[in-house]
Formats: sequence, C-alpha cells, structure tokens
Amino acid sequence: MARRSPPEPEGPPPPPVVCRLRLRYAKRGPLRFTSHRDIARVFERAIRRANLPIAHSAGFSPHPKLSWVGAAPTGVASEAEYVELGLTRLIDPAAAAAALDAVLPSGLDLIDAVVAGPGSLAERMEASVWELRLPGADPGQAELAVAAFRTAGSVLVARRTKGGMRDVDTRAASVNLQVREASRDGCVILRGVVRHTTPVVRPDDVLAGLRAVAPLELGSPLVATRLAQGPLRTTDLPDGDVEETAVADPLAPDRALGGDGRGLSA
Amino acid sequence: MSVESVFPALEPLLPQVHKPIQYVGGELNAQVKDWDSTDVRWALMYPDAYEVGLPNQGLQILYEVLNEQPGTLAERTYAVWPDLEALMRTHGVPQFTVDAHRPVAAFDVLGVSFATELGYTNLLTALDLASVPLHAADRGDGHPVVLAGGHAAFNPEPVADFVDAVVLGDGERAVLAVTDAIRAHKSEGAPGGRAELLRRLAKAGIVYVPSLYEVTYRPDGPIANVTPVAAGIPRTVPKHTVTDLDEWPYPKAPLVPLAETVHERASVEIFRGCTRGCRFCQAGMITRPVRERAIDTIGSMIDSSLRATGFNEVGLLSLSSADHSEIASITKGLADRYEGTQTSLSLPSTRVDAFNVDLAGELARNGRRSGLTFAPEGGSERLRRVINKTVTEEDLIRTVTAAYAAGWQQVKLYFMCGLPTETDSDVLAIADMARAVVTQGRAAAGRPVRVTVSIGGFVPKPHTPFQWAAQASPEVVDRRLHLLKVALGRDRNIGYRYHDGRPGQIEGLLARGDRRVGAVIEAVWRDGGRFDGWSEHFSYERWVEACRQAFAGTPVSLDWFTTRERPRDEVLPWDHLDAGLDRDWLWSDWEDALAAQELEDCRWEGCYDCGVCPGMGTETQIGPTGRPLLPLQPVG
Repeated sequence: MARRSPPEPEGPPPPPVVCRLRLRYAKRGPLRFTSHRDIARVFERAIRRANLPIAHSAGFSPHPKLSWVGAAPTGVASEAEYVELGLTRLIDPAAAAAALDAVLPSGLDLIDAVVAGPGSLAERMEASVWELRLPGADPGQAELAVAAFRTAGSVLVARRTKGGMRDVDTRAASVNLQVREASRDGCVILRGVVRHTTPVVRPDDVLAGLRAVAPLELGSPLVATRLAQGPLRTTDLPDGDVEETAVADPLAPDRALGGDGRGLSA
Repeated sequence: MSVESVFPALEPLLPQVHKPIQYVGGELNAQVKDWDSTDVRWALMYPDAYEVGLPNQGLQILYEVLNEQPGTLAERTYAVWPDLEALMRTHGVPQFTVDAHRPVAAFDVLGVSFATELGYTNLLTALDLASVPLHAADRGDGHPVVLAGGHAAFNPEPVADFVDAVVLGDGERAVLAVTDAIRAHKSEGAPGGRAELLRRLAKAGIVYVPSLYEVTYRPDGPIANVTPVAAGIPRTVPKHTVTDLDEWPYPKAPLVPLAETVHERASVEIFRGCTRGCRFCQAGMITRPVRERAIDTIGSMIDSSLRATGFNEVGLLSLSSADHSEIASITKGLADRYEGTQTSLSLPSTRVDAFNVDLAGELARNGRRSGLTFAPEGGSERLRRVINKTVTEEDLIRTVTAAYAAGWQQVKLYFMCGLPTETDSDVLAIADMARAVVTQGRAAAGRPVRVTVSIGGFVPKPHTPFQWAAQASPEVVDRRLHLLKVALGRDRNIGYRYHDGRPGQIEGLLARGDRRVGAVIEAVWRDGGRFDGWSEHFSYERWVEACRQAFAGTPVSLDWFTTRERPRDEVLPWDHLDAGLDRDWLWSDWEDALAAQELEDCRWEGCYDCGVCPGMGTETQIGPTGRPLLPLQPVG
C-alpha cells in the first residue's frame, strides 16, 4: 500500500510573521530557580494573557514563534536574558513590553524591547558578565584563589555534557576575573567576563576552577547573576592579559536602525 | 504573634535539589494573606509531589473558598522529594507552605486531601518534618488539627491513628463549617482545648473523629463493634453534599504554576456524581447523586479561567463527561467560540459509544485526530455485565472502527485485570478484541490503524458493590497479564501497556484495611517508605515485611485484608461512615454482579433505591436548561 502524505489541517495557513521583537528580561530572586522550559511556558501564557499578536507555526500542533537566546541555567539569576518574538502585525515595542511585563510574575521583569533589525541576535552573544556571590567565603582566601586562577595557564574542570564527562578550560574562557568586594552580610563578590565557548563555561564551573587552584570554602551555595551578555570588546595590554573588557549592548544595532519603536507608533 | 517565613533557610538548600522551582510558590493567582489579620488559618496539603498536587481541582477549590472569607487564610503544602527532605532534616527546616513559606505547625488546621491511599506515608513525612506528633493522641493544644478528606477518606481507618478528624464528601461547605467552629471556639478562649473542639465538630456531624469511636475485634479477626465513646457522638457520620454547583463556581482563577505539572489546562467540572453504576467505581458510588453545572455557568467559568490563566487547553471534567444533558451544545459552543484561538478542548471520554466519537470529533474540529481513549474495562461481554459497564462486542468494535473512519490515528483501550468472577478467557478476549479492532479499523479507514491495550489490576474499594469481593492476588494478575501479552503476539499495530499486580495489593490493603493497618503504615514509613504511588520509590517487599511483623500472632494478614472475600454479616471498617448508599442495596447489587445481571442508569430508567437521595435529602439535578453557552463574541 502506498504511503499517504501526512494529513494537514483544513483552512488557510496561519498569518505570517511581519515583525520581530527582541526583548531583554531579568530573572531575579526566587524565580532564578525556574528552568528554561519553565520560563518558556510562562512567557507563552503571558503572551496570551497580554493578547500580543504572536505568530504560530503551521501544522496540527501550532507553536508560538519564540526564539530563545542563551538562557541562564536553572538556579542562576540574570539581568540580561533575551528572547525574540515573531508577530503577525507591527506593534510598538515599548507598549508590548509594558503589556507583557504587567502579566509576567514579579521576578521575570522586562527591561528592554526593540524591533529586530537584520542579523542574528544569537551571533552577537560572545560573552557574559557574571557576578558570583560566595556566601560565607573568607575574603583573603578568595583574593588568593582569584590571583592563583589568573596566573594559571589553564584550569581544567570536569563537567557533564550530553556526550559524557568533558574537561573544559575555565581559565581560557574567563577574562578579567576579580574580587569586587567582601560585603557586610558575609558574602565575597567576584565579577568577571566569561566567553561563550563550546561547551559553555557556567558560573559553577568558574567556581570549580577557583577551587581547583586554591582552597576556597563556602558557607552555602554560590549565587550567580548574569549582569550582561553581548559582543565582547577588549583591549589587550602588553603583558598579555586583557585589561579593559566590556560587553556591549547586543540590541544596539537594532536600536540604531530606529527599532526602538519611536518611529513605528505613528 | 506573627509567623516568619522559612524561605531564607530554605533558599540555600534549593540549588542542591532536583527541580527547585516546585518549592518556590509564586504561582499566578496564588494568594498570600496577612497572617495577623486572620484568625483561622488552614494549611492545605496534597500528599504527593507538587507536579501532581498543584493541578488538583479539589485543593484549588478549597483554597479559593477559604481565602474568600475575611479572617480566614489558606496556604498550600505538598510532599517534598527525598532529596529536599534530607536537607531539611540536616538544616532544621520545617515542612512549609509554598505560598508564604510558613511552617505548617503554625496553622490551625492541616487539611490533607487523599485522592489515593498511596499518599499515606507522605502525610507522615510532612507531620514529622513539621514537628507535629505522628499520633493524634500525642498532639496538644498548640498543634494543628490534622483533617483528612478526599475519596480515600471514605475509609480513613488505616490512618485513624494519625488524623484528628475526617470530612466525608464535598468539601466546599464543610470547610466553612469547620472554620466557623474553630473561630467560635477560639473566641471563647478555647475552652477544653483541642479535645473540646473535636467533640464539638463531631457532635455537629461536620466531621468524623476517629478517637471518639472505640473499635473492638472478634477473636477470629473481623471487627466486633465500632462504638462512640461519649454521649452525643453520632453512631454514623454522614457525607457532605453540595446541592447547587452553580452557586459554587470554583476555581474561579486556577493556579498557574511556574513549574511543569501533570495537567496544564483550565479545567471545569461540568457535573459531579455519576449513576452509571459501574460496580468497580468508588467515585461513582460515593459522589451521588448527579448534579449538573448549567451550560451557561460552564461557559462563563471557562471564559474567565482562560483569561485569568493564559492556558491554551480546556478540560471538561466529570466522571463521564458525555453524559451531561447538554454536552452536544457545550462542545459545539466551545468549538465555535475558540475556533482560531489555538485553544484545544479535551473531554475525558470513557464510555464506548458512537456519540462519544462525534463529540470528540467536534472538539478536535481543526486539530490533529491523534488519539482517542475508550475504557471497556472488561474483555468479555459477560465480564462487562458483571461490572455493569455493558457494551456488546459488536457495538464496541463498531464504535472504535467509526473513530478510525473519522480520522483518528490511534485508539487506546483501558482494561482491568482481576475483576470478580474473571477467568483467563475473559482476559484473553481482550486480544481477540484488539485484533478485530485493527482488522476492521483498517478496512474502514483505508490505512493501517493502531490500537494500544492498557491494563492494570483491579482494587476493590469501600462503599461499592465490590467491597465484599476477594481481590485477585498479584500472582494471578501477573499471570493473566503475561497470558495476554503472549496472546497479543508481536503485532506492530497493537501496543500493550500494563501495571503489575503488586502495588495494587498494597493499595487494596490500605483501601479496605482497618485501624490495625496503621502500624504497618508507620513501620513502612520508619523504614524509609515514601511516594508509594511512584514505581521508582515503591517497595512491595517493604510492605510485605511490615505486614508480617505487625500482624504476627494475630488472625489477620496482608492476604486477610486483600484476597479474602467478606461475608455479608461482617462489620466492615467503614460501616459507620455513611456515603448514603443503602447496605442492602449494595449487597443485592453485588449478588447481581455475580449473576452477570446489569443495572440501568437511574437518570433515565427510574430509581433503583440505592438510598442516597432520600438518605441525604438530595436529588438528581440535570438539565437541559435550553440556555446558550455564552453570547457569541470574539475572545479577548
């Protein structure tokens, strides 16, 4: 018997995408314990409640058109998460962001919205700025560990990937890791830029790297926050280390094209 | 005195556990009321994992009903997985609510909803983590009243040592009555402490208080007597029945979790109760009579639920949804209203008839007709008459064939194994049926079709005609499941799924056990028993060993409670708990079952005197109303 082609839904195909919005949002406080799948569901429902004109894929199980960019791991907070929405009509990004923010749970908070220009957003994400809070750590120990880490040529850490255990070089991915402060609540705060490598180096890998080169005791688990992600801008110094580092705004190219909606609302 | 959140102590533990978001709360439509501006406070527990407990309709209804009351506060708590339990013990974090992370011990009531008996060990974990004594007898005035409800609580005797009180039946009005009694008692300065409060609740017939009844046993094992220990305590305790569902349109704003749960949809109960009379079905017996929710209430509840949640799926809940008097108007109305909105509609459909196929087709008007489920329950016509789920072989195959012809790709057929009077040939008849369905379905649809046979062991339940039946042993169940597997062969168009018989025997012990089973539950829990509804946590050997030790030197045993048929005159552990069913009617229905004699539905064929309506002062409430679902308008 000849195999029939799979059945298709009756009726016209779904309306096409005419506009893409790029949103930046934060994942704060207890909501840092959401997984990426959790966040995807929360956004899909919030979009329905906010009545945004989200486009859907064709077929029997239409999916809303959301593209996620480099989501922070479960348990890690972020001030710089990004998602792209495919919409069926033009809509003022600021108004869309406000409508969505009003129905998202507190702790998933919208920060920025632009109409997408050309080019892939994912490709602009070269590095992240991380803040690592080490509860109960000794400031002196932390200084020594960071110094030892920075002078090491490479610091391999074993981590589980889909293909099994793999060694990742946490030192090679880390730029400019430093102790920012020892806060009064007994937390040592580190900050550093980590390149987006494959496999990705996560904040807990950096901590494992520090502990691989020097003793570093914590009173309770690491609290990590992504402060920014985007294109990496560095200035190399003569001694070979990278002194000036910055992670630029990944939405700047879209904004430069007038994509912040100010030209669209009329 | 205000109560502090335990979240600061819990938070550092969360990075170390699986799926930490389930302990965070923060669901859309969750409520956190001010502790100090309320005087009666409930912790509502579903004694299973958050992913199972959160969607539970019963708990969500009571959560809203209680929180709507000024002065009353309700928060939710669920069973924590063993990874977090261990950390909570190490770090001294008590059982907490997910709403405001308050310690459960600080509440006036810990209300526990037992949908299944397999949650009993999880209650013990929660009590222990909360630092509430496991035994009701050891609790003092400062401890919460541990109040059980849910279908399994219609025989609470196995947990009688651990609970203070039990609500039978519908909870909506009952929780308000309990709240009023607590408030009154508190406002008087709590005279006589918790003992007096429990006595008042029992005397008013609001709850069953196990400690106010003495149970004596005959030397050969069965119960001799169940007697109230004080004057004014009723000999039997009646169930609660809500008589107008349209006055109780809950949940109005269903909880939307951050974590993934087993059901993510806006569910609306379209009627409560069922009089189809399936003899194995405890839910159908204890929730009588049928009370329909009106079509326009259903329409407005669905509409407001979708707006309040952002869900993209609607579920029409009941015990047999196609039986609503206006189901065709409801399904057509919903399909029209939500066409083009990416909202899917589902109807848990278990009856095997052509009408169900039409309804399912309407609900899936624009979607893929992927799978349709029917539950014939028994493999042979004779056995289906025994269980009173009568459908002829011919009708069954015609219905399933019609489903394939209407474009459904796959049909699932649900069965039970170990039903009363069942023989090997009844179970083997399932294989013949599956093959006939595949052959005739292919002919009708013009393409290969697939059927999945799903089967599990039958567990006799209290307050049903099968309450006297001998449960089939795990060995018998497993042997028949194996015979069926062999008979189905390796046809790639026939799928086979089964649950082995061992967990069913323990469920049977807990379902029909008496107070002597409490020691077994406690021993299993002390030995590490948790999450008995989860195959990866359930240990049959642990339960068998606990039974062996607890029942050593007594006339009872695991088999005595499960595989033994009860005589008519034996005092059953739940005989003093009144689901409204006349015991003589249940017995005659049991005899009819053994004679393979079917019984019609009283909604359409006249009363057969099951006893519920006159006994409970209730009556069947069905339409049609003739009203529309909703004035037609675009959503949003």
